[in-house]
Amino acid sequence: MEENLIVSVSPHVFAKRTTKSIMLDVIIALVPAAIAGVILFGPRSIAVIAACVISCVGFEALFNVIVKKKQTIGDLSAVVTGLLLALNLPVSIPIWQAVVGSFAAIIVVKNLFGGLGFNFANPAITGRIIMLIAFTGTMTAAAMPSVVDTVASATPLAQLAAKEDVGVSMLDMFLGVRGGALGETCALALLIGGIYLIVRKVITWHTPVAFLGSVFLLSLLYTGSFENAMFYLLSGGVFIGAFFMATDYVTTPTTHLGQFVFGLGCGLITCLIRFWGSYPEGVSFSILLMNILTPYIEKLTMHKPFGGVAK
Amino acid sequence: MPFFKMSGVHAPHMKNTAEMEPVRMPVPASVVIPMNMHIGAPAKPIVKAGDIVSVGQQIGEPGGFVSVPVYASVSGKVTKVDKVTGANGASADAVYIESDGEMRPFEELKAPTINDFDSFIAAVKNSGVVGLGGAGFPTAVKLGVKDLSQIEEVLLNGAECEPFITSDTRTMIDRTKDLTEGIALLEKYLGVKKIIIGIENNKPEAIAKMQEIAAADAAVTVKVLPSVFPQGGEKVLIYKLTGKVVPEGKLPLDVGCIVLNVTTLATIAAYVRTGMPLVEKCVTVDGSAVASPKNVIVPIGTLYKDVFEFAGGFKEEPKKVLAGGPMMGIAMPNLEQPVLSNCNAILAFNAKDAARPEESPCIRCGNCVNHCPLGLNPIAFAQALNAKDYDELARLKVNLCMECGCCAFSCPAKRNIVARNKLAKAQLRVYQQKQAAKEKEKEA
Repeated sequence: MEENLIVSVSPHVFAKRTTKSIMLDVIIALVPAAIAGVILFGPRSIAVIAACVISCVGFEALFNVIVKKKQTIGDLSAVVTGLLLALNLPVSIPIWQAVVGSFAAIIVVKNLFGGLGFNFANPAITGRIIMLIAFTGTMTAAAMPSVVDTVASATPLAQLAAKEDVGVSMLDMFLGVRGGALGETCALALLIGGIYLIVRKVITWHTPVAFLGSVFLLSLLYTGSFENAMFYLLSGGVFIGAFFMATDYVTTPTTHLGQFVFGLGCGLITCLIRFWGSYPEGVSFSILLMNILTPYIEKLTMHKPFGGVAK
Repeated sequence: MPFFKMSGVHAPHMKNTAEMEPVRMPVPASVVIPMNMHIGAPAKPIVKAGDIVSVGQQIGEPGGFVSVPVYASVSGKVTKVDKVTGANGASADAVYIESDGEMRPFEELKAPTINDFDSFIAAVKNSGVVGLGGAGFPTAVKLGVKDLSQIEEVLLNGAECEPFITSDTRTMIDRTKDLTEGIALLEKYLGVKKIIIGIENNKPEAIAKMQEIAAADAAVTVKVLPSVFPQGGEKVLIYKLTGKVVPEGKLPLDVGCIVLNVTTLATIAAYVRTGMPLVEKCVTVDGSAVASPKNVIVPIGTLYKDVFEFAGGFKEEPKKVLAGGPMMGIAMPNLEQPVLSNCNAILAFNAKDAARPEESPCIRCGNCVNHCPLGLNPIAFAQALNAKDYDELARLKVNLCMECGCCAFSCPAKRNIVARNKLAKAQLRVYQQKQAAKEKEKEA
């Protein structure tokens, strides 16, 4: 029987966590935001979420079949991408546009670069940006929560940019009763999901704290008002970006210092775009730009080898 | 801000045998004693087929300065002296002894006469003792310090951070007398003024015993460490106990430290008292395939199959057999392997525990980077290895990797990181040798 002994390089014991269990944790963490989206924006949210998730998984499966790669949909990363993309879309988005966005995210941004682990940019973010440019009209139509009895109006950010009165209370902002993408408005739900990820040690505090903190502080400096700074913090996609998009493993730095720097950069670029750019919102662009800077941040923030001597 | 602290992993402890006092196994029918159980030059056999040997009789003489004498672990007849290939791939002479079952001690054995540093070091050399924590470095070479004032402190390594293994734990519990005597020897002949015993906090009984020693000797302190693998790694232990960093290419002594495994010191003390050299070893026999796990005192060179048989055989078919713990142990190709002097556990696992999970692509989660106790970057190693960029590998300090396995343990994609690091280290070594040869050629 000893001829059958397995000989392999150490270690011979492994932590329980797998790529799939991490993805599952992210999905679980996004559930509160998805539920909030359905409550706030109505049942059409379900259709948008389903369209994105199904098309993302479908495109990935199809791609693997066409290029004769091992099937990878079992790792659940395509589900995460679909879910994140959906939560970043307005509820009124035509379904076919959501499918096009999913194609861009999964095929162009992820699989053409080599699939999970090899894409340099966050697929959901980049998919959303492609849609924003391709379908500007439907993407910027600020769908109001169905629980609010008003016609569609500009998002709070657009109003802030135009120095108009936002007309939404701080509590409504925190609960997500405002215009915006279906999964980005409820800061409470996103906070619950984010804390879940930190408790489960899927992510650390470094990126979200740096991102949220810098947006708040820069807004405070810019507006000089605590209330306005809070509005800037709670509006747009800052929460979903800070907890779920800027913490994507593949496209962000690996060291905690690098993650902190990444978060600061996201906050800074977000504010620059919001205050002086022609788009009212800058979260997506800031994360994409920082994705591009990731290899450099990585290089500059590497740990010092213990006892290493330069030669 | 807490961006980097020396890390590691929380591997499952599995110290199932911690309460089990070691039992001596019956005399095996035969033993195989390789001459290269230590780091350094292999010993040279001084017996031949047909010779009658007894326990503690020298059968191999040191093959150089960094080497040790080797002794017979059973009494009986030498059947052959032949080459064996160890699990580490190195081939060396080995002495095969057929036991007569009597365990007759060698009649010329007597306690060494020690009256100064030189005679103490000679005694350590004659004891055949090597680093019993696993390194196998000849202890006489380590203790043979030229300038004794260099030694600021001796660190006794009782961390035993590998899962399953409890043989050092048992040394601390059962051989307190040997350790007390060993500490006295270090104080007397090496002039050591400060001794720190480092133990992980999952060994309360051992901690209590060591605190008894500390209570009786002002030079000794016990430091209880968190149970984080690889707490017992030499550089890690030095840092955790003293805050000192051993620079690349330097020895612990260069920062004033000597690190000794507790069982190493106990074995030296026992030799000084009785004159019986290193001929047996306590090993933890455990793992999911073993019927009745226990700590077993085995004659060195006993075959694995005999040790497992003593531990009740297998309750399930073994699919992986390890020399050492599951984090750094070596997988054995068969059960005909002899127990080496630096072995502290032999483990056998069933099919479920033996299978290596399948690799999937790196998702850059950073677990390997953030769990590396030495602050190394396995992701960058893999990229540089892939690109055959050896200058980059040198810059990244892949040579510092101690192959502790924290990276591969914590990797969610189950990447075979240690294997890649080993490959990167080996390729870098070859590259640097070639570069050096080229330089020489240019000069000539």
